[in-house]
Amino acid sequence: MSVGAPEREPQVQRDYFPDDEEYKGFLAGRTRRARLFQFWALLALTTAVLALATLLYTIINDSFGLVAVVNERDPEDIVADLGYDPETVSLGEIEYDEMVGLLEESVSSGVGRRLEREQRFYEDRLVFESDETWIEICSSDEAPTGCTAGPRDSANVLALVQERVVVPDIIAAYELVPSILDPEGFEDEVAAGFESGRFGDYTPDQAQIEWRAWFSLTFLRSPASSIPEIAGIRTAILGSAWLVLITIGFAVPVGVGAAIYLVEFAKPNRFTNIIQTNINNLAGVPSIIYGMLGLAILVRVLEPITSGSLFGYSGADNGRTVLSAGITLGLLTLPVVIISAQEALKAVPDSLRAAGMALGATRWQTVRSQILPIAFPGILTGTILSVARAIGETAPLILVGAASFITVDPSGPFSKFTALPIQIFQWTSFPQVEFQHLAAAASIALLLLLLTLNAAAVILRNRYSRRAQ
Amino acid sequence: MTTESPDVEHPTSSLTGKARPGELAIRAFLFLCGAISIATTIGIVYELGKESLLFFQDDAVSVFDYFTETVWQPQAGSFGIWPLVLGTVFISVIAMLVAVPIGLLAAIYLSEYASPRVRNFFKPVLEVLVGIPTVVYGFFALTFMTPLLRSLIGSSVVDFFNVASAGIVVGILIVPLISSLSEDALRAVPDSLRQAGYAMGASKLEVSTRIVVPAALSGIAAGLVVAMSRAVGETMVVTLASGAAPRNFAFGEDPLLGYILNPFEGAQAMTGYIVITASGDLGYNTIDYNSIFAIGLTLFFMTLGLNSLSRRLVKRFREVYE
Repeated sequence: MSVGAPEREPQVQRDYFPDDEEYKGFLAGRTRRARLFQFWALLALTTAVLALATLLYTIINDSFGLVAVVNERDPEDIVADLGYDPETVSLGEIEYDEMVGLLEESVSSGVGRRLEREQRFYEDRLVFESDETWIEICSSDEAPTGCTAGPRDSANVLALVQERVVVPDIIAAYELVPSILDPEGFEDEVAAGFESGRFGDYTPDQAQIEWRAWFSLTFLRSPASSIPEIAGIRTAILGSAWLVLITIGFAVPVGVGAAIYLVEFAKPNRFTNIIQTNINNLAGVPSIIYGMLGLAILVRVLEPITSGSLFGYSGADNGRTVLSAGITLGLLTLPVVIISAQEALKAVPDSLRAAGMALGATRWQTVRSQILPIAFPGILTGTILSVARAIGETAPLILVGAASFITVDPSGPFSKFTALPIQIFQWTSFPQVEFQHLAAAASIALLLLLLTLNAAAVILRNRYSRRAQ
Repeated sequence: MTTESPDVEHPTSSLTGKARPGELAIRAFLFLCGAISIATTIGIVYELGKESLLFFQDDAVSVFDYFTETVWQPQAGSFGIWPLVLGTVFISVIAMLVAVPIGLLAAIYLSEYASPRVRNFFKPVLEVLVGIPTVVYGFFALTFMTPLLRSLIGSSVVDFFNVASAGIVVGILIVPLISSLSEDALRAVPDSLRQAGYAMGASKLEVSTRIVVPAALSGIAAGLVVAMSRAVGETMVVTLASGAAPRNFAFGEDPLLGYILNPFEGAQAMTGYIVITASGDLGYNTIDYNSIFAIGLTLFFMTLGLNSLSRRLVKRFREVYE
């Protein structure tokens, strides 16, 4: 070292401080590449935002817009015929008896009897059926739902009036943005449609061009229908609400129980290890597999329980009930609930456990009065978030047999049901353009439901964590 | 306990042995809750296995053909799994091609470049993307992505139901998964490594791509495998956007790029077949009923394999820093 060092010194200096053109070019290139990379990375991140924006845009764009509609009987004429002022009174505001009267005069007696057997109009009297046949069909083995269910409400009958008396037919629909930017374009398109004979027997003067909000209060309140003009998602919303209840009712006690067992009670042995690995594995199983489990076990093997026949309930003829679906979704969320509850429990400091024990409390007493109250907000948030995820699941529901077309509200755990995601799936897969608008509107409803659940999680967490301090 | 004298009754001796039926019952209940997860796994394996066995015992089906034939046509008695696997893998690969660059770059930006304000803007957006139900993504694929592809590339080339649209939308769906798992892995790399890089005169790009990413590679790879597993199990987008017809093919006869690997035609995926079959009138103990369980079992093992691969990647290749 000491011998060769002085001779090499000048060379080393030049290497240390390069300032020739080649080096400067190299440095500029490095800086440029670094900038370019940062740009690309930011662009990638922006793509995610763009994707979300496009998705929301598509849904909202499809939920409102101009339509060309042909009514068999104009609602305004109907209201005027009944002696109301069509300027101030809408079809939905007329008396219940008048709606039933409209049905009586427009509907064939066969259809009327079918409607009545499905669900009756009055508690105390029959409209289409005679008393004798009613008693006869209700005492037969295959008594229709109308024998046991309560009478229809006015929203239900209004939907029937729309469906059977007004009979609207939307022949063309436009999306929101073109409706605002180019309303004349829609009129031209409709006119061109009439010229080409695309609208069949209808004449241009029958068609009314009007604004339609596919997502509206009426849409939320109307039952499902095969006629897109009057279809709503009331049945689906109620079905989803039942699913939320049953899923929470199953997944929360079991999930939190399992988490308490694993964190507070289980000894670190092989068996505990197996459970833990198993839970992690289950979290990665595709949801459709849970649907198959639900179909094979809950719907088929446990049919006496899930159809309610074991408890003397005869309304459901198989196990494809809201109970089966709710437990399937519960099993699906279980791993996530357990993992998030475990996180919350592990976050409670060990000193509290030691303090509880030192006071002579048993393990469970410590857990119940020391650990759980502190871990509660965390458990709650995690649970609601994972249940919210499950509510959007579609595949498991299809497997356990959510009915795609049901107009009767679910009345209990043994009801047949449909749910919001199922409704969206059905409508999306229909080719007619009206159903596409309905699917978009139902998507808004589903996203709002999920938003509500998420907001509830945040609010509850904030409230409880403040109280805990 | 050594100080215990015979004439003083010590409270612990009588309390430890005290029977607490309530406490015992609660313990038993909690244990049962833990055991339910095991029961779920057993239930899945048992039911899928049992029904698959029934499927393979059927005269029309042979295990050998199931794994070798390239035609899936239940009406004609052909049960070869490959057309459905082709659909699933094809869509997943397109999804990964879309999601890996976007997700990884997004993760690197969030972990290495972004200021807290930028992070606070982008993180919630990614979380919202995770929270949107897949059926809504399916709607999006059918009403936005498919028309977009058809207008960009030409509706004569792109069928209404096609693999590309489904793949791209599944890709969008797994971007947040990849970015959040990768970001976790990147953030776990200790700062001392970055500081060392800067001290050597490296630029931020060089530190990120040559020091931090290699150090986090096991975590990133594990995240990518999990995302692939998610794409394979994805159902609604695939069912809605890529059609209900399996892409039956014959090696040698059908053109490889023009037909077998053509992204602009439809191809039913495994999950798509299960959903479509189950949404019809499905009688128990029919061959259709049993076939969805055989496909479910295949799918279960595919995702299980991917998930355990991911865990093994983390274990084997993890760089441990202190």
